[in-house]
Amino acid sequence: MNDLLNYMLENQTSIWTYSVEHLQLVGLAVFIAIAIGLPLGIYLTTNEELAETVLQVANIIMTIPSIALFGIMIPILSVINQGIGFVPAVIALILYSQLPIIRNTYVAINNVDPNIRDAAIGLGMNTMQRLLRVEIPNALPIIMAGVRQAVVMNIGIGAIAAFIGAGGLGVLINQGISRSNTTMVLAGAIAISLLAIVTDGLLGLLQKRMTPKGFQQ
Amino acid sequence: MIKFDQVTKVYGDKVKAVDNVSFDVPEGNIVVFLGPSGCGKTTTLRMVNRLETITDGKIFVNGTDVNSLNEIELRRKIGYVIQHNGLFPNMTIEDNVMAVPNLIGWDRKKKADRYKYLMDLVGLNPDEYRKRYPHELSGGQQQRVGIARAMAADPPVMLMDEPFGALDPVIRTRIQNEFLQIQQEVKKTILFVSHDIDEAIKMGDAIAIFQNGKLMQYDSPSELLAHPKNEFVREFVGKDRALKSLSLHTVEDLISERMLRKLDGNENSNKKTISVETNLRDALSILLNQEADQLVVQANNKLVGAMKIDDVEAYLHQHIK
Repeated sequence: MNDLLNYMLENQTSIWTYSVEHLQLVGLAVFIAIAIGLPLGIYLTTNEELAETVLQVANIIMTIPSIALFGIMIPILSVINQGIGFVPAVIALILYSQLPIIRNTYVAINNVDPNIRDAAIGLGMNTMQRLLRVEIPNALPIIMAGVRQAVVMNIGIGAIAAFIGAGGLGVLINQGISRSNTTMVLAGAIAISLLAIVTDGLLGLLQKRMTPKGFQQ
Repeated sequence: MIKFDQVTKVYGDKVKAVDNVSFDVPEGNIVVFLGPSGCGKTTTLRMVNRLETITDGKIFVNGTDVNSLNEIELRRKIGYVIQHNGLFPNMTIEDNVMAVPNLIGWDRKKKADRYKYLMDLVGLNPDEYRKRYPHELSGGQQQRVGIARAMAADPPVMLMDEPFGALDPVIRTRIQNEFLQIQQEVKKTILFVSHDIDEAIKMGDAIAIFQNGKLMQYDSPSELLAHPKNEFVREFVGKDRALKSLSLHTVEDLISERMLRKLDGNENSNKKTISVETNLRDALSILLNQEADQLVVQANNKLVGAMKIDDVEAYLHQHIK
């Protein structure tokens, strides 16, 4: 226990650097995942059949073990000289984020009270106005819950990205294992857990702020 | 003001939700669409602002075929109120009421004035409710906001789909009365869906009664009660149609057809004075409650005669077949 504390104190600079790397990786991946998943999820509410297929595919991606996914991407991305490192890690995390983001967006928009939607159309809102003024604000808490889930999950999976040289806190675990240094492995694991807990807490606050006041009883 | 010309709505291949319906709604009238669920009344309503497409026939609003207009523009010019009010939970009451003016880009001053006017009209304090959210209001208050929102851009036509259907009876009666008063002031042309014959009689200048997508009868409430055209209408308006029609006739109507009795000088008889504007339902109630044996009718501060239960009965016999 003392070893662990000493190790973490002595190496706080590098732990800090790895944490920032880790967050950059996850942050970029989730940002891109939202940019893809949010419009896709909204679009799927207008196309039931496609929705079924897309959600199935996202489900299947979720079941691929991360280490296998990295393995698959090495030959594919080698074509553009990015077989290992940051790029395949970000792509993998984007893929894993799709399910919670698309699914939550799809479900949230679909579950907006039909009376509210009917009123919005009946008052003469066009599709964009209806989405921006009524449907997305009312769906936002559930969409944000999906984003939170994606972020926390990606912080965990991001640890494995160190095996393909993408950096981040996984480096401590990776090196600890090869050096049989349990303290180092533990330090990495604890740092990742803390990072996940803190990030989730912050996103929770953000989610609360983004929830329309009208929902807070 | 609104003209339905052989309007038909077919779902899928053969389900005729609305079948060749034609009638005219004069400006400033409330027409109640009445019938059991699935009779096509709501579909007929929703074709006016094109929430449902029209399969065949034409609907004209103010002389213009609704299908010739941009549907978004059309809807902004037609007020729309639904049963579960459909207020936007993420918006304040002010933003809800001003939803349409916000869409069409009114300036701040115009919106502020209009908001105040509308809230006063529906009997809610503009400043007290401005920053509140729909869930903080009671059902009746929410429905008032729903009405204010529908009238925001001062549309000449309003569609109301069972607007008071979800309210408890006491509140419903109160809002119906308030709404009739509002209508006195704003004089909109209103299509109003209901499944409640009593509400239809109370609210409607005319009633359109539907069955299986067909228009069974289109008449004033008193005509509908007095002369139901067929068995379905007769059954739908109820066995008590003679009683229901009482509230539609006043003592004045009765006087115009029957001579009143002479006032008898007997001081002992139990009398009560009523005005000629009293409706026959209230008049009869006084007699049945034994508050008086005889009603003394007053017009322009003059006593014009007396009436008894027999007179009401005779009048009804003439009118209800």
